[in-house]
Amino acid sequence: MGDETNRIKEEMEKWENGLLKKTLAKAKERENLPVKRLYTPLDLEGHSYLDKVGFPGQYPFTRGIQPTMYRGRFWTMRMYSGFATAEETNQRYKYLLAQVITGLSVAFDLPTQIGYDSDHPLAEGEVGKVGVAIDSLKDMEDLFEGIPLGKVSTSMTINAPAAVLLAMYQAVAEKQGFKAEELDGTIQNDVLKEYIARGTYIYPPGPSMRLITNIFEYCSKHIPKWNTISLGAYHIREAGSNAAQEIAFAFANAIDYIEAAIKAGLNIDDFAPRISWIFATDINVLEEVAKFRAARRLWAKILKERFGAKDPRSCMLRIHVHTSGSVLTAQQPLNNVVRVTLQALAAVLGGTNSMATCAYDEALALPTEESATLALRTQQILAYESGAADTVDPLAGSYYVEALTDQLQEQAEAYLTKIDAMGGAVKAIEKGYVQSEIQRSAYESQLAVERGQKIIVGVNKFQTHYEPPKNLLKVDPAVRERQIVKLNELKTNRDNARVQTALKTLKECAQGTDNLYPPILEAVKAYATLGEICDTLRDVFGEYTPPQIL
Amino acid sequence: MDSEKKIRVLVAKPGLDGHDRGAKVIAQAFRDAGMEVIYTGLRQTPEMIVSAALQEDVDVVALSCLSGAHLTLFSRVIALLKQKGMEDVLVIGGGVIPDDDIPILKEAGVAEVFTPGTPLSQAVDFVKNHVQVKG
Repeated sequence: MGDETNRIKEEMEKWENGLLKKTLAKAKERENLPVKRLYTPLDLEGHSYLDKVGFPGQYPFTRGIQPTMYRGRFWTMRMYSGFATAEETNQRYKYLLAQVITGLSVAFDLPTQIGYDSDHPLAEGEVGKVGVAIDSLKDMEDLFEGIPLGKVSTSMTINAPAAVLLAMYQAVAEKQGFKAEELDGTIQNDVLKEYIARGTYIYPPGPSMRLITNIFEYCSKHIPKWNTISLGAYHIREAGSNAAQEIAFAFANAIDYIEAAIKAGLNIDDFAPRISWIFATDINVLEEVAKFRAARRLWAKILKERFGAKDPRSCMLRIHVHTSGSVLTAQQPLNNVVRVTLQALAAVLGGTNSMATCAYDEALALPTEESATLALRTQQILAYESGAADTVDPLAGSYYVEALTDQLQEQAEAYLTKIDAMGGAVKAIEKGYVQSEIQRSAYESQLAVERGQKIIVGVNKFQTHYEPPKNLLKVDPAVRERQIVKLNELKTNRDNARVQTALKTLKECAQGTDNLYPPILEAVKAYATLGEICDTLRDVFGEYTPPQIL
Repeated sequence: MDSEKKIRVLVAKPGLDGHDRGAKVIAQAFRDAGMEVIYTGLRQTPEMIVSAALQEDVDVVALSCLSGAHLTLFSRVIALLKQKGMEDVLVIGGGVIPDDDIPILKEAGVAEVFTPGTPLSQAVDFVKNHVQVKG
């Protein structure tokens, strides 16, 4: 091995002084490339295959969390969707299920994400726009009408009011005749990233952490198959972070949740296997592949070494990937078909477990039925036609990919050390550290585009006249009025005494220390609205005010 | 016009949309171009934005929205500015805004709409060329 290394060094020197020198004298390379010209075995000196790469399905999981990966089963193909009312979104779900998506992924509108009913003044203009409007159990019943919840897996992008939406889901499933134990799916339930990257927070960190750990606790007993948190690395990336920051800041948040749960008396192996992840997949294919591999390895190490997890499932980083929307351009939107394909390819080569692909028109509006179908077909073509899914972790052993995997892990670990020194993620967020790091990366990357160092086809190079796509999806502004009529009917017809009692019990629970989930479930079943439930908690917990970082 | 006087810009996020990457990037660009920038933070009602614009005596209100609520919210800001006699304030908008909506926003009084992919310099130059700094 030593002889081989020396020979490579000698040969490389000869190559550099000979052939390379001559070539560079004739033709310069492009400037400012972020990676080295060439990767060789020299970049992996001392790199142990068994320690760092290993075998799929076992520690450190670099090559994937299942032994056979896509040879056994393809990743779960989801389409993130939701718009207008529950009835309209239900139609879209039935359409997508007919196009053979293998999991549902619910997008809620902003009022729902922030715990407001559709009739709240701040909801004006927002109802049904970026997702479906859900005000009460009635809406949830309509959303899943005719979709057997014991038979599908559903991912719900919901954070601050996650407990309420999960309770609604559970209540609908029970009405359909399924048991809580049968339910399979995910709630995002990651509020820390809302403070730093996405902005749909309600309560301050303390009570938010309580709601989250209460869900961990309830689900570990009653909804054991449910993924109780899906940490949002995605949103951190979309807010402007780079790949290493995406891993580091999301992991820092996860470490805080784990510590809070342990402090609340939970055992690491009782809840860690139900932690799942959503990552972005950007367009730099090889860097993204390395990112997923580095993230899996680092997560396994943290769980094993820092938290003493014994169950291998606790160490598995289960990844859902959503293709990065910020990569898409409004200019020449058909180019986005290619971008999404590359992003999705990176996720497949990087061993994702589940994926949702953006539609090409998403830099302009919500996807239409046609553009959503094409986005799904992209995944199906990758799975069935491209061959990328035929062998496990096909890029392992690439000098570049392995070196980059090591490098991203090191960079992410350096950030984690820094955040630990600040006292953890919540402290770092309160100081504005994480936000300002993300903001700096976002601005630098925009400046690189402005200066032409970073090329975006159709935007700062190869601009041509293009026809904007026709038939974009438009949400009827009357959706809000329809929701309000429905809300008023609900309030007239429900058992209001039961609602008041449920809300009173919830308030008392919030003032104490008991698990909040059972009284939320009772309020939901009594048809208390999302706004009423969240307001009850707002009264006790207050609302989060972000520090201004600019 | 006092040449020392800097252009004052209020960058605002109306509505419930939490995606503020664009707002913060453009705020930084205005600042780097020598303007004074105030950022409202998230979840601002049109009333809060106009009240901040009045209080800060700004020359420009830059609105950013990606949630699709732009027609409702931008138009409301403009109507309230008019109500307060602040017609001279330049209002620009940005975000995920379909082409079809741009003429409607312009009709309502938004001077220019910058969609994703617009160079920062274009927005900066637009502001420089269209603002009469208050003396």
